[in-house]
Amino acid sequence: MNERKIRVLVAKPGLDGHDRGAKVIARALRDAGMEVIYTGLRQTPEMIAAAALQEDVDAVGVSILSGAHNTLCPRIVQLLRERGMDDCLVLVGGIVPQEDIPKLKAQGVAEIFLPGTSTEDIVTFLRQNIRPRA
Amino acid sequence: MAETNEITSPKQAAVERWEQETLGPVLKKRPESKARFETVSLDEVNRLYTPADTADIDFERDISFPGEFPYTRGIHPTGYRGKLWTMRQFAGFGTPEETNARFKYLMEQGQTGLSVAYDLPALMGYDADSVLSEGEVGKCGVAVSSLADMEVLFDGIPLEQVTVSQTINAPASVLLAMYLVVAEKQGADFRKISGTLQNDILKEYIAQKEWIYPIRPAMKLVIDTFEFCTQHVPKYNPISVSGYHIREAGATAMQELAFTLRDGIEYVEWGVRAGLDVDVFVPRISFFFNAHNDFFEEIAKYRAARRIWSRVMRERFGSRDPRTLQLRFHTQTAGVSLTVQQPLNNIVRVAIQALAGVLGGTQSLHTDAFDEALALPTDRAALIALRTQQIIAEETGVANTVDPLGGSYFVEALTKKMEDGALDYFEKIDAMGGMAEAIEKGFPQREIQESAYQYQKAVERGEQSIVGVNKYQMTEEPSGMPTLVINEAVRERQIERLQRTRDRRDNGAVANALEKLKQAASAGDNTMPATIEAVRAYATLGEICDALRDVYGLYEEPAF
Repeated sequence: MNERKIRVLVAKPGLDGHDRGAKVIARALRDAGMEVIYTGLRQTPEMIAAAALQEDVDAVGVSILSGAHNTLCPRIVQLLRERGMDDCLVLVGGIVPQEDIPKLKAQGVAEIFLPGTSTEDIVTFLRQNIRPRA
Repeated sequence: MAETNEITSPKQAAVERWEQETLGPVLKKRPESKARFETVSLDEVNRLYTPADTADIDFERDISFPGEFPYTRGIHPTGYRGKLWTMRQFAGFGTPEETNARFKYLMEQGQTGLSVAYDLPALMGYDADSVLSEGEVGKCGVAVSSLADMEVLFDGIPLEQVTVSQTINAPASVLLAMYLVVAEKQGADFRKISGTLQNDILKEYIAQKEWIYPIRPAMKLVIDTFEFCTQHVPKYNPISVSGYHIREAGATAMQELAFTLRDGIEYVEWGVRAGLDVDVFVPRISFFFNAHNDFFEEIAKYRAARRIWSRVMRERFGSRDPRTLQLRFHTQTAGVSLTVQQPLNNIVRVAIQALAGVLGGTQSLHTDAFDEALALPTDRAALIALRTQQIIAEETGVANTVDPLGGSYFVEALTKKMEDGALDYFEKIDAMGGMAEAIEKGFPQREIQESAYQYQKAVERGEQSIVGVNKYQMTEEPSGMPTLVINEAVRERQIERLQRTRDRRDNGAVANALEKLKQAASAGDNTMPATIEAVRAYATLGEICDALRDVYGLYEEPAF
């Protein structure tokens, strides 16, 4: 029986256009055998949640470098939960000051990956934290 | 390279003798630490450079004297002995009041030019009260929605005397108009105003991706500013053709060089097609490069940039005017090289990168603050960044002589390699029909993405070392440091001022001005006069960009 491949939505919310990280991660996850959907730039939290539901993903990886994480990330989590995606992990990558990390985790973000993170660490985190589905 | 004995030059023969007699025995006893040594661009570096590596470089033709064609050694015969580079720290955050205070602080500390960072809503042409601006107002730069904000931003800063660089691209013509109207209100003479508008829309499609309109109308707006400035603001640089963002997006040094200069050629071609005289508008085109970690590669890149540009301007555009042939550039240290881990180490990285910019002959320099992988810089971090430049200028002695690395076998060979690599890229892009077409095909974007990925993999394999990240990590890092926190109330304060502005202005005059702008845009006339009129009437940035969005439409990134 084939195990279902891990499905990840890589998303760029907000107005920021710096997509180097998002694209490197998307490719690294694909190389690790996951199915990756990249939203493209300037997605609202609503657009991201809708795409996550439609694509039935296991995780949403949000790339933010603009400092808008405190506004955008909790809303993405909330919209996913409202759509019944209780198990869908929300990961954040980008420029996030240390003092914001506990706040984001309390608001339902599974993990925050700062600059310098190895893509292998992200792959490992996803494999260990996504619940296997039938 | 395989060579037969008959054509081995005496220089090459000498190298071979050294390899056999001196190098060989040592290698046998102690092999080198790795098989391949490479730059941060993953380009291979040889063990040793000798006259054999510079045999095809001719001093008169390729290196020459500073201030003379092909300007490899710099554009000023006296280097920095006459005038140091301009210390121009990029700054902007929160409200215009807060940024105005930071500007004044930096100038009191000896900074010699200003550089404005705008927030993302401004970069994208939205007002602070747009739904899309939520969470972004004042975060990445200063919030500016109308002339009222701009008046506060430059309060007490005489624009006739201080040169200001503005990092703004898609809505650049609007911010230029705001700047000029503020200057006008200060009683400044447009003909005396100097400064720089980034206004490089091509690199937005290639790398930074803060675009609004499709490529062709966006290029038309750029050319409008060229035309307007050559007529009315002749000392102003209406563009800073930027490799910085291309590099930050993952390009190699050579790709940064090639795509930036090819963008420059594209602007010149569009200007010529619009009927502008090369020797009138090209002298005011400036450039902006990154200063990354690989010291010699960066220096070679700047030297190659000057040589290529002067040759292209002479050969491709037939110019003989030194002002056209001389490439002037700004440098910023590599934000992407800064680490979250052990952040004080970034001070050292920035110092070395800045030194490369200086040894490469930069005209102005921004040194990053050590806390920028965490947040926008605090006052303290910004001050250390400025002091880094002052120490290089005042204490190290590197500014005492012109192009001190000229003639180094390694640097000259690398400069030539950079030049050759860039010319290969020019050929490919020319074959696609030009840079606009290459971008539409996704060519530079794909090249950069590939380099970014290869670099990440090299870091993860440990082939590229980053201190504190994949080498010399600390499990317990020195405790946290203060970072700049942007007050969440910035947006509310900005929205209040926006509301007051809308209440006080003559809305009929605004509507008329916006209508005129649309007509100018539709007719293909120069949009600058109508933009200035709209700004004078206190039309907002969002309103002006909306008018142009109605006429031009929006850019959609092709999938690749």
